[in-house]
Amino acid sequence: MGRIQLKSVTKSFGDVQVIPPLDLTIEDGEFTVFVGPSGCGKSTLLRLIAGLEDITSGSIDIDGADATDVPPAKRGLAMVFQSYALYPHMTVRKNIAFPLRMAKLDQAEIDKRVEGAASVLNLTDYLDRRPGQLSGGQRQRVAIGRAIVREPAAFLFDEPLSNLDAALRVGMRLEISELHERLATTMIYVTHDQVEAMTMADKIVVLQAGVIEQVGSPLELYRTPRNLFVAGFIGSPKMNFIEGEEAAKHGAQTIGIRPEHITVSESGGTWSGVVGVSEHLGSDTFFHIHETGLAETITVRADGEVGFRHGDRIHLTPRADVIHRFDIKGLRIE
Amino acid sequence: MARAVTTQRKTLNTAIAWGIGLLIFFPILWTILTSFKTEAEAIASPPLFLNFNWTLENYAVVQERSDYMRFLWNSVIIAGGSTILGVIIAVPAAWAMAFVPSKRTKDILLWMLSTKMLPAVGVLYPIYLLFIRLGLLDTRGGLVVVLMLINLPIIVWMLYTYFREIPGEILEAARMDGATLKEEILYVLTPMAIPGIASTVLLNFILAWNEAFWTLNLTAVDAAPLTAFIASYSSPEGLFFAKLSAASTMAIAPILILGWFSQKQLVRGLTFGAVK
Repeated sequence: MGRIQLKSVTKSFGDVQVIPPLDLTIEDGEFTVFVGPSGCGKSTLLRLIAGLEDITSGSIDIDGADATDVPPAKRGLAMVFQSYALYPHMTVRKNIAFPLRMAKLDQAEIDKRVEGAASVLNLTDYLDRRPGQLSGGQRQRVAIGRAIVREPAAFLFDEPLSNLDAALRVGMRLEISELHERLATTMIYVTHDQVEAMTMADKIVVLQAGVIEQVGSPLELYRTPRNLFVAGFIGSPKMNFIEGEEAAKHGAQTIGIRPEHITVSESGGTWSGVVGVSEHLGSDTFFHIHETGLAETITVRADGEVGFRHGDRIHLTPRADVIHRFDIKGLRIE
Repeated sequence: MARAVTTQRKTLNTAIAWGIGLLIFFPILWTILTSFKTEAEAIASPPLFLNFNWTLENYAVVQERSDYMRFLWNSVIIAGGSTILGVIIAVPAAWAMAFVPSKRTKDILLWMLSTKMLPAVGVLYPIYLLFIRLGLLDTRGGLVVVLMLINLPIIVWMLYTYFREIPGEILEAARMDGATLKEEILYVLTPMAIPGIASTVLLNFILAWNEAFWTLNLTAVDAAPLTAFIASYSSPEGLFFAKLSAASTMAIAPILILGWFSQKQLVRGLTFGAVK
């Protein structure tokens, strides 16, 4: 069980309030991702839930019980750190067994659980090695192993994949998602990478400067961003924002249109512009279009086969049904 | 960019290094040589370097006149006891300063160090009175406490430096894994800091072993360590350089041997953080 409820939680470091009053409920078994730019308070929020930082005011409930003043060791949560934070002087076996040893389990039970976790995470052959002798991916798996043996109420992940190379990151992303499917335990995952957020989450919490900008499923955030910040943060490449006359036509201060919702053609479109840089990914091509009279650059996604060249004048047509409209405060107009 | 160093230059550097090394080592060498001379040879002018009649007579006399083993044992107890006690107190102190620093941590560290700048004789009188009151005069326990307090700032400083090199996330991981503060320090921090703790222990053992001011002033017979043993040979009825040297050699031999075997550890420990 792991239902976590934050009630009017605030956090200040000295005179600086990094988290203004914040309410959030994380349901049992949910995979929740905290996402936002660097310094948005997402790691701080996770550390408040973990108990590694004291909250300044408000309260935190875990499974209905007030855990505000409960020390981290007693909250029944397990955490995986960005730096893995393995115990360098212990073997993999001892690392994974450490929380069980602290819980004073008997040796037979410890052995059983460690072997179990090791086989799930493909670490059986490495049990007698030290962390220093493992690759980054293996270390991350040991850190996850150390977290799962305790059978915690919830897992907390603090940017666990940011030290891995790109290929490994995709693999570990799948492994963590699979782990969540299998364990069905609450997971809270902090990342600045919106791709990780989109691919893994049941629920995404978008944060900026300690404030929750929006909470929702990945597709909700993609389809109906509540404001300009979320609209710009979710989706890659970024949504195009257009102000002025063109926006006014739609009765908005700003309109937003995603690169994948604009079609390009040699003639006969709504807008026109000149091709700047093209990014060829094989499957897709991203064109950066200038001189449209709408915004400095409009990014569009086209099929990988489309072969416009630098300097070509082309035409753009937005899909009318997916134009996002925002008012003067940057809030979504329905 | 690597600088090209010519062979000549290398030879010169080596020679200079050896020269400085020998210069520093010379007093110890001279003491050891003198201990094998007769009293007349010891004060001969010009001094004799190796061409004297080597004799063990001084050692025999020293051994006969005083109970070396008793002094040695006192030294071991006092140096060892004060070091161990110091480390036990300093580990939690350094933990607090390194991992949960407050605004005043730096000030406290400096203030602690400032006590080392005070001339020891300045507090001799109060400490002497305290010792009389508490019945600690000429006891090993009393000296263990005083030497521990004298060296505590150094132990805390050294451990603080080592602890700061340990990533805080590892200790947080231990906390998340259910470790109590005691378990965190015992099972995670201390094993990780073993190299640092070892060099701290070594250095402090040596400092306590060689400490003469307090040991001479606060002991008479029962708790007298090897420093008192040496001092007893610089007697008012005349200087017996050869015997004094024999006593000194016997007193410094254990620590010299210890230092020799642990020099790698010591150098690593003392330059920790500076070169990484």
